[in-house]
Amino acid sequence: MKVIKNLKYSKDHEWVKVEGNKAYIGITDYAQHALGDIVFVELPETDTEISGGDAFAVVESVKAAADVYSPVSGVVLEVNEELLDAPERINEDPYESWIALIELSDPDEVEELMDAVEYEKFCSEED
Amino acid sequence: MSRYIPNTPGQQDDMLREIGLSSREELFSDIPCRLRLSRLLNLGEPLSEMELLKIMKDIASENSNLDEYACFLGAGAYDHYIPSLVGHIISRQEFYTSYTPYQPEISQGMLQAIFEYQTMICELTGMDVSNASMYDGASAMAEAAVMACSAARRNKVLVAKSVHPEYRQVLKTYGHFRGIQIEEVGFKDGLVDLEELENKTGSDTAAVIVQYPNFFGNVEPVRPASEIAHKNKALLVASADPIALGLLEAPGNLGADIVTGEGQGLGNPLSFGGPYLGFFAASESLLRKMPGRIVGQTVDRDGRRAFVLTIQTREQHIRREKATSNICSNQALNALAATVYMAVMGKQGMRKVAELCLQKSHYAYNSLIGTGKFKPAFSAPFFKEFVVKSSVPVKQINEKLLESKIIGGFDLSKDYPELGNGWLVAVTEKRTKKEIDEFVEKAGVL
Amino acid sequence: MKNNPLIFELERPGRKAYSLPDCDVPVSDMATLVPSEYLRKSEPALPEVSEVDVVRHYTNLSRRNHGVDSGFYPLGSCTMKYNPKINEDVSKLPGFTSIHPYQDESLVQGCLEILHHTGNMLKECTGMDAVSLQPAAGAHGELTGLMIIKAYHESRGDKNRNIIIVPDSAHGTNPASAAAAGFSVVEVKSNERGNVDIEALRSLMSDKVAGLMLTNPNTLGLFEEEIEEIAGMVHEAGGLLYYDGANANAIMGISRPGDMGFDVVHLNLHKTFGTPHGGGGPGAGPVGVKEKLAPFLPVPVVEYKDGKYCLDYDRPLSIGRVKSFYGNFSVVLKAYAYIKAIGAKGLKEASEGAVLNANYIMSKLKKHYDLPFDRKCMHEFVLSGRKQAANGVSTLDIAKRLLDFGYHPPTIYFPLIVKEALMIEPTETESRETLDGFIETMIQIAKEAEETPEKVKGAPYKTVVVRLDEAGAARNPVLRWRGKEDDICQ
Repeated sequence: MKVIKNLKYSKDHEWVKVEGNKAYIGITDYAQHALGDIVFVELPETDTEISGGDAFAVVESVKAAADVYSPVSGVVLEVNEELLDAPERINEDPYESWIALIELSDPDEVEELMDAVEYEKFCSEED
Repeated sequence: MSRYIPNTPGQQDDMLREIGLSSREELFSDIPCRLRLSRLLNLGEPLSEMELLKIMKDIASENSNLDEYACFLGAGAYDHYIPSLVGHIISRQEFYTSYTPYQPEISQGMLQAIFEYQTMICELTGMDVSNASMYDGASAMAEAAVMACSAARRNKVLVAKSVHPEYRQVLKTYGHFRGIQIEEVGFKDGLVDLEELENKTGSDTAAVIVQYPNFFGNVEPVRPASEIAHKNKALLVASADPIALGLLEAPGNLGADIVTGEGQGLGNPLSFGGPYLGFFAASESLLRKMPGRIVGQTVDRDGRRAFVLTIQTREQHIRREKATSNICSNQALNALAATVYMAVMGKQGMRKVAELCLQKSHYAYNSLIGTGKFKPAFSAPFFKEFVVKSSVPVKQINEKLLESKIIGGFDLSKDYPELGNGWLVAVTEKRTKKEIDEFVEKAGVL
Repeated sequence: MKNNPLIFELERPGRKAYSLPDCDVPVSDMATLVPSEYLRKSEPALPEVSEVDVVRHYTNLSRRNHGVDSGFYPLGSCTMKYNPKINEDVSKLPGFTSIHPYQDESLVQGCLEILHHTGNMLKECTGMDAVSLQPAAGAHGELTGLMIIKAYHESRGDKNRNIIIVPDSAHGTNPASAAAAGFSVVEVKSNERGNVDIEALRSLMSDKVAGLMLTNPNTLGLFEEEIEEIAGMVHEAGGLLYYDGANANAIMGISRPGDMGFDVVHLNLHKTFGTPHGGGGPGAGPVGVKEKLAPFLPVPVVEYKDGKYCLDYDRPLSIGRVKSFYGNFSVVLKAYAYIKAIGAKGLKEASEGAVLNANYIMSKLKKHYDLPFDRKCMHEFVLSGRKQAANGVSTLDIAKRLLDFGYHPPTIYFPLIVKEALMIEPTETESRETLDGFIETMIQIAKEAEETPEKVKGAPYKTVVVRLDEAGAARNPVLRWRGKEDDICQ
């Protein structure tokens, strides 16, 4: 399982990449592996306001549909439309395949998330 | 031991012993004694096949079946001809005794047949995608309303009063419990009142529902209705008669976003109201909101074309309370009958059946009016069914016709009292000129 | 590689399979009858093929399908028992098939008699007071039953009951039906015996609870031993108990939901009562209710009055219609014939046989596969493939390997609370020899999983197609034929 330094992680297996007051959100290698072949991604609409913990996207495999929870609050600035045509990008490179870019309304929330070391440990306990 | 249980009592005793039990009762020891029946159910003694068949034939003979009557009754279920081979194909055990095709490697037969069905329904309706069937025309239409509300994120549905009364009742039931507001739109000259529709359609309208041809048999103005719906960003749902679609323009080409309908006329017997099949087709953008099973094409590991249930994340077994619908079992065998029917008819046959219905119904209509005893109810164009008004109650006419072994049309007085003695008459390709002439003659006597 | 052709690909323009008489009435010009805007501009692409083409094509397709008559079909929770042939004959009598649903009641007394009597027989089987035969399938019955529950509470002015509780082992239809009836769904967990966790259930009780949906025996094939206490608890909180009849084949003539405390039941006639599944339908999902819920049943209800059968529409508290006409009549007819043929004794023997067969297979396989709940089962049981999974062989692989031996696999990956679940329901209509053959095969596959796991993972080998690219099917949906140029295999 791949974990990347400098990213933040949630217990629901989302990663957050902070750039200033914005953050990219995606699902982790652990999550894509658990789901298997991803066949569809339901993206949020831009300008949607979301609170931390809200389900804001859905990632689907052939036999499962997993809600993606936003670990942070804010407004959806941009979504990764490439995933509509090529959902398998998440399997191939989960950390480059961001789902949404969010303008953070409460940057402190990021601090409560796990770092790479903590997340790795968290995953090993999940198994 | 019942004839459907192969194991002999002796074998069962051996099996019990091998698993360490001494009696059949012990199998049920997890059921508290108080809850165990101490008597046999009151359901009578077993019957031999001969005895059973005798009883069933006796009961069947208490019905007056249409093989012995000329049927002019329609109203949502039609006496169309079923080609002989339809029954032979759907009686193949590999089809009728199988379950839902969850294991594609040993279910390619049913899966491919459904794929063919989906293609045929798309062709008839002019839509992009079709599911594998719903329970019937009424529930398919209700599910279309539910889907439209979910897609439009609105909560109100307008339905034409010229839609089948029972379909509207089912819609009301589904709508009531889902919190969907249902409003009816009246009719003018037997067609949906476009002015009223325009006034009622607004920014809260999720869908406008019309029937095509409508309950009265009239060819509903689908295009202007869909223009009104679309102007308000609502969807147009058409509940269509598939037989009519052999001749009439596909609703998809008239602006419909969802097309549902009753598929009974496609090779399924009347069977006192069921089982039939509801078909359900939609434009591509609505695919992920569709209810029910859908079959898709793919390849196997060796590159062979193969078929499989797909986009299943919409369905109850995966999405549970978030599923687009709770439907699981559908009407697969009826859909297979429809598929075989359409394969037999082909494009020319479908057109010819529709033409026969159209010509014969107009002949019957003109003849009835010609007796001077009936008045036209509407001037709108109709397909295989029409409404005339009588000066005497319809019940009386139908009773008179029975004497000549004719089943008359549907009495509209209960559902549409505003039409007076309204009589809804259906004429399919099965009615001969002789039958129609006799029908008109006997009906015109009163 | 040659693909199996689609009916459209067999087209040879000019061929025909239909036969229709010439029009025997004076023919009018089409344009005078229907405005040209409403006439088709182009023909639907239905095939031009001969009658022999159609027969060969669909016969060929049928040979690519496994039915109960083809062989053993131990698909858990689906009750794939033998479907008696005589019932097919009965359902094809013209006195049943050629009946229009709107014929006058006096002309359809036979049909109404069948509906009325079947309703009475189902009442007796379930211990309920009134029945509707209108629902077309199990899930449709669930939806109907839940609407009845809601209407009942509302009629009492009890309008805040918006929660339906379902166990974590429930069929997916349960929560989906509850949502479709406008309820919120709350899950209750199972305990270590595989039953509803009573204390967890107690903590969920409130004046918001409309009802609890249970399958009994549950989807693990285990009887809810504490059903009386559960019923008491739910009733005390003002809720109602819903019985999902998917597993009723375990208890016919043995125990009745009505006596267990259930208020509403649905039955799947296409499971328990021997009517065929038709490749996914039609089924029938009659709903039975206790007296106090009878006014809420869908209209119409078949009654017997003054020596005649009739349809009663005058039921002001009814939830309304859930389907046009009166239900899947000919399915009900086959169930009627089934019950008549085997009688009370036969129904009890069926449940006894089903439970015995399940316990027999379970006891022979538990050495070879993990059995998460090692206790007596009812008509089905759930194994876990986790022993094999440790060696890289998944439950899916085991299922696919069974295909090579001519068996339909068990239900897999359900119930969700068991990892790598294999849910096996043999039914009573299978002989000991069949069960022994299946057991032997399962043991062989367990052995293969240990010794030659690659062999299991590559299965099946003998089927008309091998493993499919299901992800590809979902990523790029091809849901209809679009002509040869689109053929993805070219």
